[in-house]
Formats: sequence, C-alpha cells, structure tokens
Amino acid sequence: MSTLRNSSPLAVTGKYLALGFYVAFALFPLYWLVKIAITPDKLIFTEGTALFPSEFTFENFQTVLIATDFLSYFKNSVIVSVGTAAITTAIAAAAGYAFSRFVFRGKRLIIALMLITQMFPLLMIIAPIYKIVAAVGLLNSLTSLIIVYTAFNIPFATFLMQSFFDGIPKDLEEAGMIDGCTRFEALRKIILPLTLPGLGATLGFVFTAAWSELLFALMLINSNDTMTFPVGLLTFVSKFSVDWGQMMAAGVLALVPSCLFFIFIQRYLVQGLTSGAVKG
Amino acid sequence: MARIELNNIAKAYGPVEVMRDINLTIDDGEFIVLVGPSGCGKSTLLRMIAGLEPISGGDFTVDGKRMNEVPPRDRDMAMVFQSYALYPHMDVARNMGFSLEIRKAANEERVSKVQEAARTLGLSKLTERLPKQLSGGQRQRVAMGRAIVRDPSAFLFDEPLSNLDAALRVEMRLEIARLHQRLKATMIYVTHDQVEALTLADRIVVLNAGDIQQVGTPLDLYETPANKFVAQFIGSPTMNILEIEPKQGGLSLKNGANLGVGLTNAQAGARELGVRPEHLNIVSPEEAHISGTAELVEHLGSDTNIHANVPGIGQVLVREHGHFALKSGDPVGIALDLEKTHLFDADGRRLAA
Ligand SMILES: Nc1ncnc2c1ncn2[C@@H]1O[C@H](COP(=O)(O)OP(=O)(O)O)[C@@H](O)[C@H]1O
Ligand SMILES: [Mg+2]
Repeated sequence: MSTLRNSSPLAVTGKYLALGFYVAFALFPLYWLVKIAITPDKLIFTEGTALFPSEFTFENFQTVLIATDFLSYFKNSVIVSVGTAAITTAIAAAAGYAFSRFVFRGKRLIIALMLITQMFPLLMIIAPIYKIVAAVGLLNSLTSLIIVYTAFNIPFATFLMQSFFDGIPKDLEEAGMIDGCTRFEALRKIILPLTLPGLGATLGFVFTAAWSELLFALMLINSNDTMTFPVGLLTFVSKFSVDWGQMMAAGVLALVPSCLFFIFIQRYLVQGLTSGAVKG
Repeated sequence: MARIELNNIAKAYGPVEVMRDINLTIDDGEFIVLVGPSGCGKSTLLRMIAGLEPISGGDFTVDGKRMNEVPPRDRDMAMVFQSYALYPHMDVARNMGFSLEIRKAANEERVSKVQEAARTLGLSKLTERLPKQLSGGQRQRVAMGRAIVRDPSAFLFDEPLSNLDAALRVEMRLEIARLHQRLKATMIYVTHDQVEALTLADRIVVLNAGDIQQVGTPLDLYETPANKFVAQFIGSPTMNILEIEPKQGGLSLKNGANLGVGLTNAQAGARELGVRPEHLNIVSPEEAHISGTAELVEHLGSDTNIHANVPGIGQVLVREHGHFALKSGDPVGIALDLEKTHLFDADGRRLAA
C-alpha cells in the first residue's frame, strides 16, 4: 500500500508506532506468563511488578514436569484436542462440501438449525449434557469430552469449510469430471489439494478451542487420571496458597503444542493457492 | 467423431422452464456455433451436451445412442471453459495431461501427446509453469491444449475468448479455425459475439430466451434471417428497422415516402422493413427515397458510418465503403437497395416474396 503513494515519514512512523503498540498490548500477558514462570518463588512477591526478575530459574519447569501430574494432564489434553480436531474437521469438510455444491431438500432448515445451536450460552445446557453423559456411563472419560466438543464445534467448522469450498470455482471439478474423473475423484485430486488451507485453518481453530476448554472438562471429569490440562491447572491452586511459578510454567508448556501446531499448518494457511485457476 | 442429435430437449430449474423443444442435428465434423444474447440459454444447452447439467426432457443421442444419463466422463467430449478452469496446483504439462493421467495411460504416451500439443500451441517453453505464472492468452492455450490432448469425439467451447483482449481474440479465433481444419472433429462453440459466430461456423444456431430462432450457414442468416431478432442480431452494424404503411399501389414508409414497390399477397401483413446499413446509399436529392441530416459521421478508414436523422422516421444508419467526404450537419439523401430489404410482420417474422 505505502508504495502506491508517497507517505510522509511522519505517517510511516505513526503507523509503526500504532502497530508496535498493538503487538506489545497483545503479547504483554504472554510475556508476563513467561516472566513469572522463570522467576524464583522467593522473588515473586518482592519484585512483583519489576519488568525483569533479578534472577532466573528453571526450577518451576522441573517441578511441574517431575513432581506434578502435569504430563498426564498434558497427554489427556493432546488426545482430546487432536481427536476433536480430526473428527470435527472430517465431518465439517464433508458437510461443508455438500452445502457448497449440492442443492437438496431441507438444506436451509439444516443451516438454520445449525445457526440456532450457536445462539445459546453453553451454561444453559451444562445440566442436560451432564445427565446424558452420566446416563450413558461416560463420565470421567476422554471420549465424552471428544464427543461433546465435536458436537459444539461442528456448526462453526462447517460454515468455515463451506466458505472455503465456495471460494473454489465449480468449473474446476466440472473440468475434472469432463477430463474423466468421478465426482469423488475430482474432489480428491482437484478440490482437496486446494482446500488444504481451509482444512488447516479449521483444524487449528478446533484444536485451540478444545485445548483451552474448561467448563465441560470441569463438569464431566473429576478423576485425576482423565483431567485435561485446563482443569489440571486448577490443582495448582490449593486452599492456602497458589503456586504461581509452577502454574505459569505449566501454562508456558501448554502453549508449546499450539505453537507447534500453527507452525505446522501455517504454510497451508498462506493465501493464493487457487490463484490462476480462472481468469484474473 | 460424433453425430449429435437433440430431440425435443427441455430444461427446467425447479419449476422454472428455461428451455423447451430444442431440436438440432449436428453432423460429424461440423463446426456449430450457438449464439445469442446473454442469458438466452447457450451455456445451459452446452452443459447439457457435456453432461454437467441434467436434461429435463427429450432425447440426446450421439451416433444414434441415447446419452441423456451418461456421466460427463463417459461422453468422450472435451470442454474449454470461459474461465479456463485450469487446475491451479498442477503445472502446465500436468494440466494438459490430466485426462490421460486419470485414464491411466502409459507414461510415454502421455508425455509425447502433451509435448505435441504444447508444440502446436506454442507452449513448449512453459510446460513447467503453474497457471498463475501465465498470461491470460497462455492460460487460454493451456485450456485448449487440455482438450486437444484427449483427442475427443467432440469439442465444446463456452465463450472461450471472451476474457481476452481484442487483438488476442482475433489471433485465437484463427487458431481455433485452424484447429478445426486440422482435426476435423465435431465442435460446438458458444458465443455472444456474432463476429465469432460468422467467422467460425459451418452452421450457426441463433438462440433467444431458450428458443432456437434459426439454424443456418452464416450467409443464410445474413441474407435470409427468419425473423427480426436474427436480422438484428447477425450483422454489424445492426440492421435498420423502419416502420411501414402498406398502402394500395405500393410500399410507403411512416413519413409517407413511397418506395414504389408492390407487395405480394404473402407480404400483405408486413409492418416493418429491415435494411442493413451497407444496403443504404447516400445519393443526390433527386434519387433519394428519404432525406434528412447527418448527425454523426464516423470515418473508419475502410468504411464511413453515417448516422442520419430522417424526419418522420428517426435514426437511420448508412454505411458507405471507403472514405466518404461528409460532415455532421450536412443534408443527406438516402436510397434503399430495394433488392436487399426484408419485410417483417407484426410478430417479427420475415415475409418472403
Ligand atoms: N442454476 C440455475 N438455476 C436457475 N436458473 C438458472 C440456473 N442457471 C442458469 N439459469 C437460467 O437459465 C437461463 C440460461 O442461462 P445460461 O445458459 O447461463 O445463459 P447464457 O450462457 O446464454 O448466457 C438464464 O435465464 C438463467 O437465469
Ligand atoms: Mg454463458
């Protein structure tokens, strides 16, 4: 943009100042998380507001990894989040493709119903969900979380996938079918490779949503073996004290899979994969 | 090689009928152009032939075999889309060879066919590029190459040139004509551009609002249009349509000018007279059928277009060959070439003598 017109140095400086402020604002809590995680316990309250601690330590990380159940929480969270992301994305991709490409009876009704499910605060349905899960004997199981998260994420994920499919010209799969593909082959060889950014975005979105979900995890799980990470984090709060340092260290560690995940999918998120398909 | 027949083909989208009673026979090796204004159903008809759009009624046969329900992949037809529809994640060579890849043709066969097509289309140096790295004209060629490689029994084109600039369009038009001469395959070509239709077609099918108006050679349509719609759609600039008053003792125009020709019995119901700009001439006042003033004179070099305002009639366009010394505001006398006029009845049908 700025190459189009000759911006004054003042405007450029202003722009970067604004950007810098925004980035600092957004990242500050993250910085604070890391800062407290590496501050020795004895300094947490004495140097509470200092921007840099006068001493560093990795003791908190060590304690979290060795002396607590953090690794078990972490493993549970990975299972639940990956499971939810994979199942949700698979279903959403199929549904989104159908919504984008086919005309069928009841399509508008289904879309309306899916929108309605998004309108209620989750708190309202906690009790019925609890009863249902209890009735089928899935309390305290990771399966229950995967099922519940999948159900809640499918509508939005479906709309997301549909919009990605809508962005791929119909001409492409028609060309494929004329070139000798069945509809399914056209989907697999032409549409799917072009939807990778969409799949990546949907996977990432659902993964993060499941990774940080607390409400249902709290209600449906109370055995230590099947606690997910957000619930497990609460165990650092005891009746008489809060282990700030360990809690923050656990938080930092919990960021790792999200970061890895986004590094892994970010190349699929790059725009412009479909450019050149049609005129323009 | 394919002889394609459409018998009473109909098309409806839900309750909306967009096409009915389409009858057309396309001979093996023929170049057929479907032409008509935007929204008249050209693409729909082509897509029904391709198998991309279900046929709502009637019979569609290829070489005598009914094909209504046959999926596109088994129809052995190649299609060039208006949008080109190149696969963005495949390079040029893979785009062109994709149909062979799907049919699991031998590697050497695929490579040699793609190379040959690329050579014919001047794409040899570009085979490793992705579509997004090509210009509009090059993409268009790749889309054609994808069709050629298949060696299909029929080629379908849906406005393949409409996204190109004027110069490239003329060049590609020639190339398509050459392709047809070389391959002698059946080709069905959709366009809204009557120049493309006239230059490419063995026969033209003129469509309007889901109806076939006329089927004929370019010359047929130019010389004996079936109705006012065809008369005005084919030919550039557009035919002049003048209101007439059939009187005893000869044909006269609305402003009272008598043309001094009688009407046959068959022409008794004539309401309008059509005459092409090239069949009008600027003449001296004594020889003129009608006269008025030149409002706008366009000097095109090869031709001169004179937009004249004739009192009692309105705008009349005259085309003279070469440079014609006339300026805006000059008085003009206009004579009609009475051999080349057409009479239309109240429904717009052309009345033969
Ligand atoms: N999917 C559709 N649903 C309803 N009507 C359609 C659909 N596709 C095309 N039509 C209608 O069919 C007619 C013919 O369209 P089309 O074949 O695309 O015209 P053309 O290619 O001649 O411009 C138009 O009136 C259009 O509105
Ligand atoms: Mg069209």
